[in-house]
Amino acid sequence: MSLTADDVKKIAHLARLGIDSQDVESYAKDLSGMLDLMTQMNDIDTDRVIPMAHPMDQVQRLRPDVVTEQDNREKFQAIAPQVEAGLYLVPKVIE
Amino acid sequence: MHNKTIADLAKGLRSGEFSSVELTQSFLDRIKQHSSLNSYITVTEDLALQEAMAADGRLAKGDAELLTGIPMAQKDIFCTQGVKTTCGSKMLDNFIAPYDATVVEKFNNAGAVMLGKLNMDEFAMGSSNETSYFGVVKNPWDTNTVPGGSSGGSAAAVAARLAVCATGTDTGGSIRQPAALCGITGLKPTYGRVSRYGMIAYASSLDQGGPMARSAEDAAIMLQTMAGFDEKDSTSVDQPVPDYLAGLNNDLEGLKIGLPKEFFGEGLNSDVAAILDAAINEYRKLGAEVKEISMPNLKLAIPAYYVIAPAECSANLSRFDGVRYGYRCENPADLTDLYTRSRGEGFGKEVKRRILMGTYALSAGYYDAYYLKAQKVRRLISEDFKNALSEVDVIMGPVTPGTAFGIGEKIGNPIEMYLSDIYTIAINLAGVPAMSVPAGFVDCKPVGLQIIGNYFAEDRLLNIAHRYQQVTDWHQQTPKGFE
Repeated sequence: MSLTADDVKKIAHLARLGIDSQDVESYAKDLSGMLDLMTQMNDIDTDRVIPMAHPMDQVQRLRPDVVTEQDNREKFQAIAPQVEAGLYLVPKVIE
Repeated sequence: MHNKTIADLAKGLRSGEFSSVELTQSFLDRIKQHSSLNSYITVTEDLALQEAMAADGRLAKGDAELLTGIPMAQKDIFCTQGVKTTCGSKMLDNFIAPYDATVVEKFNNAGAVMLGKLNMDEFAMGSSNETSYFGVVKNPWDTNTVPGGSSGGSAAAVAARLAVCATGTDTGGSIRQPAALCGITGLKPTYGRVSRYGMIAYASSLDQGGPMARSAEDAAIMLQTMAGFDEKDSTSVDQPVPDYLAGLNNDLEGLKIGLPKEFFGEGLNSDVAAILDAAINEYRKLGAEVKEISMPNLKLAIPAYYVIAPAECSANLSRFDGVRYGYRCENPADLTDLYTRSRGEGFGKEVKRRILMGTYALSAGYYDAYYLKAQKVRRLISEDFKNALSEVDVIMGPVTPGTAFGIGEKIGNPIEMYLSDIYTIAINLAGVPAMSVPAGFVDCKPVGLQIIGNYFAEDRLLNIAHRYQQVTDWHQQTPKGFE
């Protein structure tokens, strides 16, 4: 399986990840190499194997539905790139 | 002072031979003297001296623990309140963590002194510390070679005696591989044993923090503080923490060691293999029985890992979007441009490669072929461990195929770099604990022995490593120029 430069651009867009145009070819080559490595997995039959998502096979712990966190808005926003009136600012989304 | 173990330093602090402030100052001086290793990203000199003063106060009051006043350092993946936490990335070069990781909080409560934050591969993705935005770390045994990664700064700092001990994290070998290449003792605990709260996520079902130290005894002291249930980590395991020091000297008579034939085949450097043979012979002398075992699915660990880890990484790293914290690009034209350029400019090449791989593996039409398939293979690998560990007490093998490689030697070929983790990755997929223990040298470069145990058998692993360190002195060797 090999990926083209266009595939890489499409994946980068899905990930909202800027990549330099001169690097696209090398990513295509590296990712194709990784996909080649992965074809080894096709050598074994896993039809009846249950997928393993987590080493302990545990489910998410539940807790009582009560507030445990304090309001740390000011502390968290102190390290934000741009805030105003308690809100995070981004470029205009709606014209 | 800098060559002593934690237990000896604790004695010295109590007898008044030296104070924590003196001890801390001597390590701060060494860090400055050997700054060319680049093992630290941030040295917290003032904070360290304040903490040392507080520790001296606790010692005077008789209210001290073993780690009180001991100068150690944190891998820069652990959030430290008020101190820059970069994760080795430009993305977080301006990030002052607003809270402490649970691991950091535990060391603080124990009165340990933090000397600073240690260099690492960017977002813990790498096997050589060459992907760090803050530059490559040099291996103190040979400064033309890498220290391993991703906890390369931790391993180099402990080996060069620039910290008594350090924390590391291990997603596919990131504690054990650098520990092996730098000649120190490292332990990746069972998944869920050490809290991940405040430990910046790479691949959440594989990441695990652990101790990196001079000896198994020091690692046991550290793990005693690090381990335990934490309700702030949703995958933390609620199981009592044993006394890791109590069983260190237990007899190894009748210990059953399994050697997977898949670990000793093609690809393993023959000089490294000879050193492992000698180490296993030491265990025979200590009363262990050794048998060959087979783990047929081990060979699939690398392909499965390089689907699962990038998939989880692409999801975890989506939080770095230039909006709430971290790097933001200049003059974004619109919201998409803000996301795309902040991420594009903030992340390095290896991180991008893994985000791309993971995004592809999770994208519509490919999920079953890659991600689901890899999760099924993960089950088979984990069953190999369960079967093996029902037959033997521990599994032993190499940590790395060879010794430390040259700076620049593998960075241009990512697949070759990935293959250097061939003996460590399967352990993370299964979630079992494993250690790297210094076992000898090839051409003056350290070699590690890997000891793998059953879930929550950290106490047994530490015991097995400690007994070996009682009859060998590989772990006491110091690199030239750092005595």
